[in-house]
Amino acid sequence: MKKTKKPLSQTAIVFLIVIALYIFFYAMSPNFRKYTTLLSILDYSYYIVLMAIGVTFPLITGGVDLSIGTGLICYSLAGGYLVIHCGWPTWAGLLVTVAFGIVIGTLNGFIVAIMDLPPFLATLCTCMITRGLGSICSKNFGISWPVAGSPGSEFRNFVKLAVGKTKYPIGFLWVILIVLLMSFVLNHTKIGRYTIAIGSNKEAAKLSGINVKKYHILAYTISGLFAGLAAVAYSAVFATVQPGTGAGFELEAIGGAIMGGVSATGGYGSIIGSLFGVFVICLLKTGLPYIGLQANWQQIITGLVLVGAVLVDLLKNKKAAKV
Amino acid sequence: MGEVILEMRGIDKSFPGVHALNNVSFDVRKGEVHALMGENGAGKSTLMKVLTGIYTKDSGSIIFEGKEVEFHNAREAQDAGVVIVHQELNMMGHLTVAQNIFVGREFKKGIKIDDKKMNEEAKKLFDMLHIDIDPTETMSNLTVGKQQMCEIAKAISHKAKVIVFDEPSSALTEAEIDELFKIIRDLKKQDIGIIYISHRMDEIKVITDRVTVMRDGCYVGTLITENCTKDDIINMMVGRVIYEEPKSHSMVPEDAPVVLKVEHLNAGRLVKDVSFELRKGEILGFAGLMGAGRTETARAIFGADPKESGEIYINGQAITIKSPLDAVKNGIGYLSEDRKRFGIVVQKTVAENSTMASLERYIKSIFIDKKAERDTATEYVDRLNIKTPSVDQLVVNLSGGNQQKVVLAKWLVRNCDILIFDEPTRGIDVGAKSEIYKLINSLAQEGKSIIMISSEMQEILRMSDRVLVMCEGRKTGEIPIEQATQESIMNLATRDVE
Repeated sequence: MKKTKKPLSQTAIVFLIVIALYIFFYAMSPNFRKYTTLLSILDYSYYIVLMAIGVTFPLITGGVDLSIGTGLICYSLAGGYLVIHCGWPTWAGLLVTVAFGIVIGTLNGFIVAIMDLPPFLATLCTCMITRGLGSICSKNFGISWPVAGSPGSEFRNFVKLAVGKTKYPIGFLWVILIVLLMSFVLNHTKIGRYTIAIGSNKEAAKLSGINVKKYHILAYTISGLFAGLAAVAYSAVFATVQPGTGAGFELEAIGGAIMGGVSATGGYGSIIGSLFGVFVICLLKTGLPYIGLQANWQQIITGLVLVGAVLVDLLKNKKAAKV
Repeated sequence: MGEVILEMRGIDKSFPGVHALNNVSFDVRKGEVHALMGENGAGKSTLMKVLTGIYTKDSGSIIFEGKEVEFHNAREAQDAGVVIVHQELNMMGHLTVAQNIFVGREFKKGIKIDDKKMNEEAKKLFDMLHIDIDPTETMSNLTVGKQQMCEIAKAISHKAKVIVFDEPSSALTEAEIDELFKIIRDLKKQDIGIIYISHRMDEIKVITDRVTVMRDGCYVGTLITENCTKDDIINMMVGRVIYEEPKSHSMVPEDAPVVLKVEHLNAGRLVKDVSFELRKGEILGFAGLMGAGRTETARAIFGADPKESGEIYINGQAITIKSPLDAVKNGIGYLSEDRKRFGIVVQKTVAENSTMASLERYIKSIFIDKKAERDTATEYVDRLNIKTPSVDQLVVNLSGGNQQKVVLAKWLVRNCDILIFDEPTRGIDVGAKSEIYKLINSLAQEGKSIIMISSEMQEILRMSDRVLVMCEGRKTGEIPIEQATQESIMNLATRDVE
């Protein structure tokens, strides 16, 4: 039995890109070297990483979830409104935020798996719906979750803990924990195995006696759950949540996941890869202004890098198909 | 040979407009390999789908291990011990071999899937079957042959008592077939009943104990393999009444020049070293069974699929065809077997479709000259007798036969001298069929050269001036129409290595 020599995995490549980018910006800009820059990169990354972890599941099934960006804002506004205007305790508001995500995610799954709508279309609809719903939930006003230091703001400490004058990005520890946990779910449990099976060959999965509909829905539920968790992270990092925003967040998460090696045609993906992929995007976004390139450029460059990542994936598939 | 383990009695199944199975009976004994044969569309696959619960039968009964059973889906059949090894492999390329074999019934340790145990169990299965496959290998890295071995291992792991092989060898190399046969003989020893569907006569002789032949949804008969010849089986497969008189002699003049010459064409698995000549005004029939490589040959000539090697000459001149555009420039038109996908744009009008391949002739500065377009379309609607209220009718509203004529109009407008018809009458009713035949004949008389791919034996015999037969990507023979019979064609179309 001949074993083909495995090329460097996408995860490893993306990890190297992250390191290279960091070193590059570090060398180019003295301001980038500041501790606060690192903090802001991390702050900015949490909610995107969480969305990317979730959306990896629909992506592996060969679908997509476009509703996570506007969804995130919607869930945060709904939870925050209850806390700020109805006097609910913060924890209850956060719970509502996450639960809302689960509900919308499951709804997506239902539309895709049971009603058989193309995932792109289904989640585009819920993207629009959550955008409108968010504005309604907050009566069109921005919501400020309790600011740091005030009562009910303890949850912000889970992301950034201030000890004396220094702030510690402990949110990153949570991210690592969640990444490891979901990596286990994807690679070593039924949920993950069947998600891959569906993306690999749905018909075969059905003939093998897998409850395809259930696991197909579940992939979207997971995506919704993580959009909800991302909403919590977002609420914890930023002072105010504005209705009508959020569109475009999903693209950074999806882009990160695909850069991290999720196959554009489904069937393969890695949570750790998605994590690194998001960091490529976050580093570009934060780093490029430090070397004098403005927001527009950073979007162009991010787009080009993404095309490159997808091309690599397609080329690999083509090569595999030839054997 | 053991006792009967599975019996199907008087199975009937109809689909709207088709009586797919008509009172079919079939049985398998323990430790027997029972071949199921018949032309494409004879009902073999339908029968197997009824057996495994993918289709529900209209009437009849299935007796398995002495009890009447009715499976409602593939899973139920599998659990009872009736398993199909499909022609198109049902595997998940991104999972490993062991993960594929045990998918849907994974071993678990708590919530964690126990991949280690699955690998061990898979290894045991492979050892039992004397197959050398690494259970941790990703499925898509295996050759088709090895993938099929995995399917078999999966069947065994289900404690299968009856295994159906649906054209298992069609994608395998000689060596892999030998290995497959070794495994099948092993399975026989374990008293497993095997149903073997194949077109390959030589394999039938080597591996099977009995042969049952089906034709047009009916049971024709069962033979003991040892006591029958290939001709016996072929006679049972083709023995239908012939309604149409075949063409008695070639209509091509002796001195007609060669228009198209193809030499040593190779393109993928299904086009191997194909050479032939096509003369002016000739209708060359391409006969063969499904998967013989006829469409693939046509697509390679037309530039729709890449060629590996081979030369193409038109009117004696070597030409390069890298894309359909090159082919069209050289006067070749291709009428696909799948009209809706490759032939017409259904949501466009008759006029738009007819000028599609020659649009540059209808462009004035940057606009399409709608009037000229409609004039041309009107001319061809008359000439080909296309039944449409107007040339502005959307093609989707026309009948199959008329759609086919629109495709033809497209290539005639383009002035193609060589026309490749791929299953020209598929999905077309009888009346429209004979009209298409007339049209093809008159085109040939006008001096167009025609390649006609057809799976209908009668169509081949009725239309062709010469018949080229393919089998598994190779040309297996050329028969002048004067000598062509159903039997002689079928003989060449089924593989025989004797």
